[in-house]
Amino acid sequence: MRFFRESKQFIIVMFILYVVLKILFISGMASPYIQQIIQYAIIIALASLGLNIIYGFTGQFSLGHAAFYGIGAYTSAYITKMFGIDNIFSYIPVLMLCGIISGLIGFLIGIPILKLKDDFLAIATLGFGTLVRVFFDNSDKITDVLGGSRGFVGIPKITNLDLVLVVFAFIVIITRYMIKSRFGLFWRCIKEDELAATSIGINTANMKLMAFTYGCMLAGCGGAFYANLYSFLHPSNFDILRSIDFLIIVIIGGMGNITGTIYASIIWVGFIEGLRIVLPSEIMDLRWVVIPVLLICIMMWRPYGIMVKKPR
Amino acid sequence: MEHIIYILQQVVNGLQLGAVYALIALGYTMVYGVLRLINFAHGDVFMLGAFVAYFLISKFSMPIYLVFILTMFSCALVGYLIEKIAYKPLRDAPKISLLITAVGVSLFLEYFLSLNAIFTPNYIAFPRPFDVKAYDFTFLSITNVQVIIFIITFISLFILYLLIYKTKYGIAMRAVSHDKETASLMGVGIDGIISFTFIVGASLAGVGGILYGIAYPQINVFMGIMPGIKSFIAAVLGGIGVIHGAVAGGLIIGICEVFVSAFLSSTFRDGVIFIILFAVLLFRPRGLFGKRIEKV
Repeated sequence: MRFFRESKQFIIVMFILYVVLKILFISGMASPYIQQIIQYAIIIALASLGLNIIYGFTGQFSLGHAAFYGIGAYTSAYITKMFGIDNIFSYIPVLMLCGIISGLIGFLIGIPILKLKDDFLAIATLGFGTLVRVFFDNSDKITDVLGGSRGFVGIPKITNLDLVLVVFAFIVIITRYMIKSRFGLFWRCIKEDELAATSIGINTANMKLMAFTYGCMLAGCGGAFYANLYSFLHPSNFDILRSIDFLIIVIIGGMGNITGTIYASIIWVGFIEGLRIVLPSEIMDLRWVVIPVLLICIMMWRPYGIMVKKPR
Repeated sequence: MEHIIYILQQVVNGLQLGAVYALIALGYTMVYGVLRLINFAHGDVFMLGAFVAYFLISKFSMPIYLVFILTMFSCALVGYLIEKIAYKPLRDAPKISLLITAVGVSLFLEYFLSLNAIFTPNYIAFPRPFDVKAYDFTFLSITNVQVIIFIITFISLFILYLLIYKTKYGIAMRAVSHDKETASLMGVGIDGIISFTFIVGASLAGVGGILYGIAYPQINVFMGIMPGIKSFIAAVLGGIGVIHGAVAGGLIIGICEVFVSAFLSSTFRDGVIFIILFAVLLFRPRGLFGKRIEKV
């Protein structure tokens, strides 16, 4: 419990944020659409945190993060719909189960593919992402409930602000503790120089696998929240572009920077969804023209992320 | 007997697709050879080739040989610009930065061209410059499209062979891909050779784009993604950095894809190709013809 006391400041900030948002929600100043976006931003922050563990802290480049997000989402959607779960207390075990299943699949897939490096790891994770996408597209052949390429409909709406914020704060505290712990140190060592890390006795294979599993678990939790927030899932929500979304958030927020990731997620979701309200659709199409240019520029001038000046 | 004929027919169809993959895979494998980069934008150069050909045929109704020359030229120009603008400033950056830049270039090309003012994201019918005729033999039927694809692929590969193995540029390119530093000490201009590689790769992708448009006459701004990734897998399968490996890999991937579509279900074809990728990366990471390289 020591680390809960140590992150007193963070808990106070989250509590103030919670009170402010709750007032906004109850007083009706935030329309249901805005409420949904705020929750969505927190969910995206949760999943991006997972990618930041994998890529930002441990340096394992993954282009398949959306697959784990999708696995969490479909698991949660299936369980809540099949067992008719509709209150928060019976939802929490489901949430944990979704995280565990995502983490387990990440663990199993990580054993072989984490042997690969850099761009081959990228193409392998991309391949896994496509496989999962193909699986979702054909999922109606397994059970009709999953919907296949028609999409998964009728998921109970359970996610609410209280739950999302509490779980998010809890996970951020745990993650911060993990980063400060021995394991976090090992992860950062592997990122800096894998060979040197091996030479000082770090079991790099296990540590990479641990970071990957943990990151996938967070993605799974985020996905579960997502499914029960929007009550509709479509395989196209979990394709390569979504993985690139997460990647961009991690890069903007800075690799190995938890606070940066949270800010970047809020900015990102606000940017995407906010612009949808303000701008007409012709200009909205330009969004994906501007974003890649931005990405290339960041890579040229700030290759370690906007909020991190240079590697420590 | 009927089964064998059916299988043979599918092999011919697979070779048709595989020839296009081989042309794209060559660009991936050559760029990987000199720069150690997965050029994600290569699939979009392929798409651009199909679109340029579409405009040359439908708007200007040019003869087919001129279409090929102009498409190759414009694709080469785009490849050259991509290298100069996006990749060259990052020559000394971490590998991942280069990879993310490649993804960025790819997304930029796709979404810029899909704007309503330019090509629109819709499917466009590709005008075939000639009518399809099927020649029935006793065993199989081969269309003239397939014949043209095989002939043009063969010519392209022959020219590439001459370029790589018989000219000074080709020798320099192979030297750079073997060892950049030593090649530079021997007086090879690295930057020039990298540009040259991009130009050759992009023009081959342009040829691939035209052939793909003729064979499957529906083009779309996003059509380059999956063929691009599959061609990269073909390059890995054949041994990345190996020229003949890319051709063999492309043909194998093409045949596998057609077989999966024909005997299982066309929804599984992407999945099976990626399972091949996993198998190659895990059990024979240097590919079928590759030299031992460090990637595991």
